[in-house]
Amino acid sequence: MTAVLESTGLSKRYGRRQALTDCTLSIPSGHVTGLVGPNGAGKTTLLNLAVGLLQPTSGKIEVLGGHPASTSEQLARVGFVAQDTPTYAGLSVADHLKLGAHMNPGWDTELAERRITQLGLDPSQKAGKMSGGQRAQLALTLAIAKRPELLILDEPIASLDPLARREFLQVLMEATAEQELSVVMSSHLVSDLERACDYLIVLVASRVRLAGEVDELLASHWQLTGPRCDPAALPGDWQVISASHTDRQSTLLVRTSSPVADPTWAADHIGLEDLVLAYMSQSAPQRAEAAKPSMEARQ
Amino acid sequence: MIWLTWRQFRAQTIVTAAFLAALAVTLLVTGLSLAHLYDSSGLATCHGPGSCGPLASSFINQVKGGLSEKVFYAGIYIVYAAPAIIGMFWGAPLIAREIEAGTFRLAWNQSVSRSRWVAVKLGLIGLAAMVTAELLALMTSWWASPVYQAAAAARSDSLSIARIAPPLFGAQGIAPIGYAAFAFTLGVTAGLLIRRTIPAMAVTLAGFALVPFAWPSWVRPHLISPLRESMPFSTARLDEVMIGAGNQMIVGDTASKPGAWILTNQAVKPDGQPFTGPPTQACLDRGVQACNAAIGRLHLRQVITYQPASRFWAFQWYETAIFLVLAVALAAFCAWWIRRRRLT
Repeated sequence: MTAVLESTGLSKRYGRRQALTDCTLSIPSGHVTGLVGPNGAGKTTLLNLAVGLLQPTSGKIEVLGGHPASTSEQLARVGFVAQDTPTYAGLSVADHLKLGAHMNPGWDTELAERRITQLGLDPSQKAGKMSGGQRAQLALTLAIAKRPELLILDEPIASLDPLARREFLQVLMEATAEQELSVVMSSHLVSDLERACDYLIVLVASRVRLAGEVDELLASHWQLTGPRCDPAALPGDWQVISASHTDRQSTLLVRTSSPVADPTWAADHIGLEDLVLAYMSQSAPQRAEAAKPSMEARQ
Repeated sequence: MIWLTWRQFRAQTIVTAAFLAALAVTLLVTGLSLAHLYDSSGLATCHGPGSCGPLASSFINQVKGGLSEKVFYAGIYIVYAAPAIIGMFWGAPLIAREIEAGTFRLAWNQSVSRSRWVAVKLGLIGLAAMVTAELLALMTSWWASPVYQAAAAARSDSLSIARIAPPLFGAQGIAPIGYAAFAFTLGVTAGLLIRRTIPAMAVTLAGFALVPFAWPSWVRPHLISPLRESMPFSTARLDEVMIGAGNQMIVGDTASKPGAWILTNQAVKPDGQPFTGPPTQACLDRGVQACNAAIGRLHLRQVITYQPASRFWAFQWYETAIFLVLAVALAAFCAWWIRRRRLT
């Protein structure tokens, strides 16, 4: 299976600030990939590198086997909805569709018009007068109707209300099913991606913490509760992601490929949101208590 | 890409076309009455400065003071202002607004390379800028042609209408094409580097406003070596006599070069040094005639450097070429910046 996005030692630095550090990834095709991390973790940097809006400071990135934005053919294969879903305020919905038709050889007029009708958008309305949700839908329509092989979305739903979020994701899911698209989308809210994604990347403080298929991740992580233990005495194939201890009891999140057979531990599966939070707080233990509320807050 | 460029530029096109049409009507109406005045002045059929001179003077006097004089100068102002306005309102927002609104991220992820995006935008709107400026120059020059013809027919020092001298030079011929291309690319570059529309517009205006002042003073006179002419100082053409503090005296003759751009005009002593005094006694305490006679006895010479009227088109080509080269350099810089640098 070919990779839609493959990076080796990818790094990006703005002056003295390291936005992305030594990122090595290989996202297989045919997935809806969620890129999760707190604000400022480097999600936008990674996605902008993938669409060629940024050049890496060091390392390599290939998208669908090509160099990002190197040729018009490469541009045609990747659809991108940028953060805050920019559209031309002075142009109408119909103008945006014409823009797409004129600037993309693979443009699917029928698809674009059908989506606009389904969404109930008025073709003569100017984008500047539409709601954030409608603008996001318009930007998504533009990106889908150019018939890309890979669709990259940078926090597309961050500014939308819950109803618009659901609608947006629904449209996205229909499109991926119909068109056999691969999708990479970022969000700082795990709950947004939980329903949509089957591949997950957790990015924290400019580094990749976790990457893999959601099912595998959920199957290989266990929430263990048992009598207080010595961390050094745990089995060698257990990777302890987080541990908390009281006087009598230890609670662990471990990653292991083999089932937990030891009856001293009560083993539970863990939800995706808790899993991601555990990885995020791993980087900054002192922030563990505050991690959850700040994750929900839009900054 | 061409469609998008046109669609984003549509409002400006309509405003500009409406302005050009309104100006054309105004110039046509007033220009026809000026042409009629010229036809009835007899200038078209006169021969030689002897008979044409008085006719031209009378024609020019009729033009002066009336509506026609206002239109004449307004035309020059418009041709000078057009490149600055184009640079501010077409050039500066072209990329700055895309950066401000983040829409470049939308545009650059269609199946059109960034190089093509910038080439089409700069090419098409730059072309529109040049065509607009040249239309304005042609329209106002057509309107003013009777005035220039009368001045040429008179060949007189008193009708000092020199097309090669500033400010008339820059409002005619093909030079406005160069100015418009330069001002437009200057605006685009300012917008690209400053990344905000309003400051970029201000910088464009300030940058381009220097051109009509600095360029004719410091650069244009030296594009072709000026001619130099030395002749006996004649009190018959005496234009100024100034006696100042510190034993200074300055005298000057009218430069007798109709239609030429006079760069320097000096009275020099027989040894070649500029005459700066001391004042002749006669000019201090006797009458004008005695003063003139005393100046005559100094055996001064009048030395002028000038660009003759015949070099008008040579200067036009040089000027246009220089500003077009500057414009191409700025456009190439913009293209390089957009290809190589980040905007996010």
